Amino acid sequence: MTKQTSTAKVELRGVKKRFGNKVVLDGVDLKLEHGQSLVVIGGSGTGKSVMIKCVLGIIRPDEGEIYVDGKEVTRLSGRARDAMLKKFGMLFQAAALFDSLPVWENVAFGLIQGRGMGRKQAREIAVETLGKVGLGPEVAKLSPAELSGGMQKRVGLARAIASDPEIIFFDEPTTGLDPIMADVINDLIVSTVDRLGVSALSITHDMVSARKIADRIAMLYQGKIVWDGPTEEIDKSGNEYVEQFIHGRAEGPIKMEVRK
Amino acid sequence: MNFFATIGRVTLAAFQQIGQLSLFIVSSVTGLLRPPIYWRLIGQQVLRIGYYSLPVVGLTAFFTGGVLALQIYIGSDRYGAEAFVPQIVVLGITRELGPVIAGLMVAGRVAAAIAAELGTMRVTEQIDALTTLSTNPIKYLVVPRLVASVLTLPLLVAIADSIGVFGGYIVATKSLGFNGYVYLKNSVDFVTNEDVYSGLIKAAVFGFIIALMGCYNGFNSKGGAQGVGAATTNAVVTASILILAANYVLTSVIFTR
Repeated sequence: MTKQTSTAKVELRGVKKRFGNKVVLDGVDLKLEHGQSLVVIGGSGTGKSVMIKCVLGIIRPDEGEIYVDGKEVTRLSGRARDAMLKKFGMLFQAAALFDSLPVWENVAFGLIQGRGMGRKQAREIAVETLGKVGLGPEVAKLSPAELSGGMQKRVGLARAIASDPEIIFFDEPTTGLDPIMADVINDLIVSTVDRLGVSALSITHDMVSARKIADRIAMLYQGKIVWDGPTEEIDKSGNEYVEQFIHGRAEGPIKMEVRK
Repeated sequence: MNFFATIGRVTLAAFQQIGQLSLFIVSSVTGLLRPPIYWRLIGQQVLRIGYYSLPVVGLTAFFTGGVLALQIYIGSDRYGAEAFVPQIVVLGITRELGPVIAGLMVAGRVAAAIAAELGTMRVTEQIDALTTLSTNPIKYLVVPRLVASVLTLPLLVAIADSIGVFGGYIVATKSLGFNGYVYLKNSVDFVTNEDVYSGLIKAAVFGFIIALMGCYNGFNSKGGAQGVGAATTNAVVTASILILAANYVLTSVIFTR
């Protein structure tokens, strides 16, 4: 039997994951096309983070397949996985900067450790990349702890794009930022994706951010994609889950779950 | 029925822990054998684990040697065997107290620090970030700490042995009326290579236990500040217990051949 190959940049097919008795992903099907910016929306604890960690191989799914550039990567390990991960950049929710290293080494980390580039050259690229996210060279030698939340996000973005990834994941890029800084980050994401021509997958519960950065929006609820469509159509989705979520209503089919 | 359910649950949890720990050890050891090896990080850890532990280990060894001399002198007074103080001190320090005291002190200092650092990195997703930057977290974080700890603990114990004997010497000559030359000569004549080597072998094993428990607990910590606190406590407690248990096993293996 020949397996059907995938033409999308990243594709998830029937991905399932449970922790103990709790089913987190219950058969997720999702496609990220080349050069597209896809945003997955959903409430807290609906498994958005678990989904992207499955793609990155940080969490191993129980069932289903994940394809990157048409190749199945679900059960890769060791060097094959490291090689696959070179295509990815990731901006973590709380930036996840290495606090033992100065800003420039954070940005240059993938170049030095992942690609074996010399420190001097890596530092030049790091400073240049910091410039792309609107940070001056004076930031390079600071420690991450000295930066504000918004600044840390920018450094995190610089780290994600420093090694020229083909795919960037954004985990709650605007969470914890004031509205102005959130908009700055949104603009940076849009311009980065446009300029670098990368494919982007973001997860968020911030609808303002989703509308701004997405070409396409998908909604995750109870471990399944319940709606998927172009950003323009989100207001006439006709889907009661999407309706409740984008208008932020307490009443509706979505029930708050107490336990994670 | 509930009683049996509890037994079952505890047994399963215990086996799960043992399995998880075994896998962790296997991936650490394979991480050590395959490149890349981060020499710079190993150097950093040698400094942090070994060099910065010197004051703590030195002071405890000094006082332990001193109190040992005092106790043996007082105790052997009943048999009129005071003259054996130097021999018993040197034997006690090199075989047992040097490695065990140094091991426990470093466990408190280093296992806690490692667990807190790696635990914080885990809960702030820094360990996941390493993976996304094509860097194996086991090789980058665990291997340097294990290597540095196994290499530096014997050195620390060698120093602790000397300072411990010196502590006994000070007490014996300053307050128990021993002749300094005779004391040292008796110590050196009595101690054998095996006494010292056995202590250094123990030290290397303790070093492995300390770094392993620090890394393992830190790596698997969950859920914020409280989780990191629990990981730190577990690291120190498990490292200390394992050191004492391993000490018994090693002693019986080395000395009852």
